[in-house]
Amino acid sequence: MLEYTPKEMIKRDSGGMINPAKTCQPVGAMYAALGIHSCLPHSHGSQGCCSFHRMHLTRHFRDPIMASTSSFTEGASVFGGGANLKTSIKNVFAIYNPDVIAIHTTCLSETIGDDIPTAIRQSEIPEGKVVFHANTPSYQGSHITGFSNMTNAMVTYFSETKLADGKKEKFVNIIPGFVNPADMREIKRLTEEMGIKYIMFPDTSGVVDSPMTGKFEMYPSGGTTIPELKKTGDAKFTISLGRFASQMAAESLEKKCKIPFVSLKEPIGIKATDEFLMALRGAFATEIPESLECERGQLVDVMTDTHFHFHGKKVAIFGDPDVVTAMTEFCLSLGMLPVHVLTGTPGGALGSGLGGFEQEVKAMLNEAGVCGNVKAAGDLFTLHQWIKNEPVDLLIGNTYGKYIARAEDIPFVRFGFPILDRAIHPYMPVTGYRGALRLIEQISDALLDRCDRDAADEDFELVM
Amino acid sequence: MEDVVLLKGREQFVRQKGERHQTLPISCGAESVAGCVSQRACVYCGARVVLNPVADALHLVHGPIGCASYTWDIRGSLNSGKSLYREGFSTDLREKDIIFGGETKLAAALDELIPKYQPPVVFVYSTCVVGIIGDDLDAVCKAAAEKYGVPVLPVQSSGFVGTKSIGYQTACDVLFKLIEPPTTKLLLRRRPVINYLGDFNLAGEAWIIRSYLKKIGIDVNVVFTGDSRYEEIRRAANAELNIIQCAGSMFYLAQKLEEAYHIPFMQVSFLGVEDTADSLRKIARFTNDPGIIRRTEEVIAAELRRVMPDISGYRTALSGKKAAVYVGGGFKAISLIRQFREIGMEVVMVGTQTGRREDYEIIGDIANDGTIILDDANPAELERFMLTQGADLLVGGVKERPLAYKLGIAFVDHNHDRKHPLAGFEGAVNFAHEVYTTICSPVWNAVKGGVVRGDL
Repeated sequence: MLEYTPKEMIKRDSGGMINPAKTCQPVGAMYAALGIHSCLPHSHGSQGCCSFHRMHLTRHFRDPIMASTSSFTEGASVFGGGANLKTSIKNVFAIYNPDVIAIHTTCLSETIGDDIPTAIRQSEIPEGKVVFHANTPSYQGSHITGFSNMTNAMVTYFSETKLADGKKEKFVNIIPGFVNPADMREIKRLTEEMGIKYIMFPDTSGVVDSPMTGKFEMYPSGGTTIPELKKTGDAKFTISLGRFASQMAAESLEKKCKIPFVSLKEPIGIKATDEFLMALRGAFATEIPESLECERGQLVDVMTDTHFHFHGKKVAIFGDPDVVTAMTEFCLSLGMLPVHVLTGTPGGALGSGLGGFEQEVKAMLNEAGVCGNVKAAGDLFTLHQWIKNEPVDLLIGNTYGKYIARAEDIPFVRFGFPILDRAIHPYMPVTGYRGALRLIEQISDALLDRCDRDAADEDFELVM
Repeated sequence: MEDVVLLKGREQFVRQKGERHQTLPISCGAESVAGCVSQRACVYCGARVVLNPVADALHLVHGPIGCASYTWDIRGSLNSGKSLYREGFSTDLREKDIIFGGETKLAAALDELIPKYQPPVVFVYSTCVVGIIGDDLDAVCKAAAEKYGVPVLPVQSSGFVGTKSIGYQTACDVLFKLIEPPTTKLLLRRRPVINYLGDFNLAGEAWIIRSYLKKIGIDVNVVFTGDSRYEEIRRAANAELNIIQCAGSMFYLAQKLEEAYHIPFMQVSFLGVEDTADSLRKIARFTNDPGIIRRTEEVIAAELRRVMPDISGYRTALSGKKAAVYVGGGFKAISLIRQFREIGMEVVMVGTQTGRREDYEIIGDIANDGTIILDDANPAELERFMLTQGADLLVGGVKERPLAYKLGIAFVDHNHDRKHPLAGFEGAVNFAHEVYTTICSPVWNAVKGGVVRGDL
């Protein structure tokens, strides 16, 4: 595999991708929409997009992923997709009966310029049902941008201020970012342990990790409800986790309903989890409970017990920007050297809502005195070339990393989205102190398994 | 069947054998209804499926990143040499390219990729948005072909132009362009030479069929397109027969080859013991060579001696169980009905994504009374019919798997996620084994049992 990747860096000016490290907006939008209770995501475009996105999510979550499509034909592409959308809305309510339809566009409907709000206004929407939309052109950003746009639409369509001016209710909005349902559960658990009320949106837990009951539920019990989404406008405060996936919605909510927000890293690793809990503690003037102190203490204990396994080990990390940034910080805290860090998502400029991925990671590396390659809008061909030039002890990333891991014979820890070739990942959190424990387990297992495999008989030891 | 709610406009796509509806023909090959949770894909997907296993080609997807991302190395087509087809290439069109046109970027990508990879042939797939902004794919490909002296072929596969079947046709047209007029004097050959169409070598299936034919005394010239190479495809006209496994994708190419080069074709199926044996006999009879006919019977007899004890064992375990089938093409569905009978099972629901009228007629003939037959189904219909028909197992693809599991129904993947060959005699054993493994798994006890709350 990958026998075609040369070591010498070749000139790449075309802007094309070889072995992409990202995919397109609509799949992120579809995932975010699944985080609303009783919602059917609707793909406004031709059938292939919807089919590919459902397949991709199905493979990662191993649960039925429902979404409808406008089934564009040549006619719709020439005369506009408005009629198709109106028919779709009618048909979806008639047969699938969701409470909410979340429409996202595709590169096709964006390019022909379909006016989605007008089509929605002209549609027959049954009493008590809701239709909303996000524009998600596939030729901008990545799947993370799509997640961000759909989450932002939840604010622009639904958030409202019910309380009198300046009054706020004592709860926090949490925007979890593009993470697995298990991570959303873990973030909620941490918040509950702090004794703080919250609304999380979107929340795919209970939707894409629904329990087996012997029945097929088109709309499993999970997901943020529309009344909850409306109520977000009365919160004391918003925490957005992961700038790329979540900050835009937090900014909109601040603008629309004057809810202050703080933008944090995904709480992956000890430092980011500390920051998340401290933000809650500060805003609600509450104490960190003993239970969480204990979890943190256990994590520190394990980090101490294992630090010598990690120290000085070179690691390459790739994937979605929000989780890669947090993972880089965690690896640094373990004494590892993240020498190659890459995301496929375009990086944005420093200071804008999207923040500068490269600047942020470089700043972390500089502070730790690590010299490394950092790139946004990169592809796995580039990552492979870097690794050929400066080999690493460990590769961390999504399933697509397995090619490089095999080609270069590097231990590999699966992390992020998508993971298509291993089960259970969506059920196991990597966030919070417990998530950090699991990451340590995975990373040290990968490194020590490798030690065992490579050890000569005389060096093969029982205790490590 | 009357109690089942069907989406308006879907009534003509569902039939139950033995009912009064039986006389009405089923609708097929139509566009899905807008608003459906359709299990279907698009033109690009169809074209990509057919062309992807051309192993030494450079497959460049011209469009935004998604189309290339979702189809990067997902087909499970094995190959025996270098594997350029397993790399994911995309022009990754951005907003600026959509406004000003993507031709410059495509030309630049070809300039970057062709000298570096030196492929013998390049396929450039157009996606939805490229069809809309009107990039002149032909011109860019032609210029690159002249510049580098390799064929650079545009694959006009904008997703919205039609269904997946149109994509198959588009891909067949592209393959046909590569084929050169016959060169060898066929009469001088000692062994008959045939082409094998519609096998994408998932889990190495084409290799199995090739080995049977070799034992019989027939050489396979080229497989379309499992484990195939540019040079082999060029020589495709040097065959005296085309056999077609997946008719949905390759019937059209067989017709074109017959028109242009007078190569006759026949439809075969290597799914199940009975169909495999019948197909080998059909091919042998075509050669009219007594030696080949004799060796065919010997091969069949030897293989049956080898596999029948296993299959009988599974038959005992599976007798009386009921299967539901939802697959891509009609011919596969027909074979599966027969194959389930071989292992003692009855098919109670059968549907396809792209079946043709002729396929549905055969299905209607061979299915048992009461069988539900449906075209272009959606999950709601699949769920209802599997439950009302009491299916123990579903055969389908990626998106159907978790649906079946959630209902507590066993599942076999007969699409690109299969991990062992399901074709030929050994494939029939693998299939029976897989059906057995999933239907007879103890996990279903956990589904049915469970704790009782509030007891004691």
